[in-house]
Amino acid sequence: MQELAVVAFSQSDCLARAGAANEVELIMPQLQAVYAQVGIRNAQDVDFVCSGSCDYLQGAAFAFVAGVDALGAVPPIKESHVEMDAAWALYEAVLKIRMGQAESALLYGFSRSSSGDLPMVLSQQLDPYYLAPLWVDSISLAALQARLLLEAGLASEQDMAEVVVRSRRNARDNPHARLRGDLSIEALLAEDMFVSPLRRADCAPVADGAAAMIICTVARAREWGVPYAVLSGIDHRIETHNLGMRDLTDSPSTRLAARAAGVAEGPVEVAELYAPFSHQEIILARALELGPDTRVNPSGGVLAGNLMMASGLSRVGEVFRRIVAGDARRGVAHATSGPCLQHNLVAVLESAS
Amino acid sequence: MSDAEHAVTGIECPVYLQYHFTAGRAPARFLTRIREGVLTGQRCPRCSNVYIPPRGSCPACGVPTEEEVVLPDKATVQSFTVVAIPIPNNPIEPPFVVANLVLDGANIAFIHLISECDNSAVHIGQRVQAVWKPREEWGYAMDNIRYFRPLDEPDVPVEQIGRLSVSGWEG
Repeated sequence: MQELAVVAFSQSDCLARAGAANEVELIMPQLQAVYAQVGIRNAQDVDFVCSGSCDYLQGAAFAFVAGVDALGAVPPIKESHVEMDAAWALYEAVLKIRMGQAESALLYGFSRSSSGDLPMVLSQQLDPYYLAPLWVDSISLAALQARLLLEAGLASEQDMAEVVVRSRRNARDNPHARLRGDLSIEALLAEDMFVSPLRRADCAPVADGAAAMIICTVARAREWGVPYAVLSGIDHRIETHNLGMRDLTDSPSTRLAARAAGVAEGPVEVAELYAPFSHQEIILARALELGPDTRVNPSGGVLAGNLMMASGLSRVGEVFRRIVAGDARRGVAHATSGPCLQHNLVAVLESAS
Repeated sequence: MSDAEHAVTGIECPVYLQYHFTAGRAPARFLTRIREGVLTGQRCPRCSNVYIPPRGSCPACGVPTEEEVVLPDKATVQSFTVVAIPIPNNPIEPPFVVANLVLDGANIAFIHLISECDNSAVHIGQRVQAVWKPREEWGYAMDNIRYFRPLDEPDVPVEQIGRLSVSGWEG
């Protein structure tokens, strides 16, 4: 099987509001950045393009089609789209390369979720008969999950606050973060409840923006002569739509994906986890069986800034950056989708040597 | 009662979501300028094509377009159709002419109406000019131009449509 490499990554700032910029204007700077990293002109110079976005977020039908205007699709290119986080666009591209239909791929994810009321918009992804008509929002569902975790004694409010404090502290070195700085656990615990037992700081701040990545075969990476990280494993699993049937205190889909991706086959020096709520990082770290030697979310993670439809891809990108910089030799990236960690993707990246 | 009598054939679950839609920086600039009666396109830094209305990118090259180009309101017919049937919610009485028009100095067409003409005489390469609404009715909208009407100028050969300069067409 072809060995795969991540060769370029770029992410925009996590903006509370992207102002007047439309999707194309959000995407293009990130595309230009990854082109520059490998020295190509535009999407003509890769074999396949795949994007991740969700038209519901900006409230514009076929908004993702407009994204093609950012690519330089003359003459026509091979292009695809997932109505999901771009981490799943990465997955599609991995399949494409493994099937021998491409040697390189450009991936990007973007959203303008500030255009709508995100928790309410996300309520419409629920089962259409029983849940969507109730407008159960994404934060309330996460709060139900957090309550279960607390009542089962599997985590404390202090544990959740520690996740927030570390995220904001780590984000001090992340120029793209929306929230960063030094908080104290005491001060956090003194804050009012938002949707109990969640405080506002337990919830990822929503942001507008985009991220882009280029992957290819290791052979192509050597041809391009650029530093790369080997994408040694990737898998994703989904749980039932019926929340009542799931054990919300665990993430069996993450556990299975991690096994298939080969997470345990070596040390995990760094892990970037897509946990939009603080308690979910605790669930994920357990499902991935991360030990004390693993640095979790050195970028600050999405509690420092959550680019919907791009944050999953950015987790892979953050691990890639650290491996190429020599900060880590092996790392794990995770992406999630759906309410209460319904759908999870796990990728393993390793240094080239 | 049988299952058929209990059959649920539909339920009502209305969805209302409010959005603050954004056209984008480049379209917003175009709309701001057309409110003042100025047609503003953008030029691609790589292939030099001029796009109007601009979207902020050159779709052919995949690069941002930043240089603004003010264009005249004269255009050439690139293609057209005569609509003979009423369109729902469209106040325009058929038959009317819908055309792909390329403004002088632009390289791609946009769609608008042609009127004050003999519909059967409209043809590719025909020269037309904008008929604007009264200034006090101008808004952030493409329909500040009511329609285009024929100009008494020689036709543009097909191979030159979309290649004229902003200074127009001498024939």
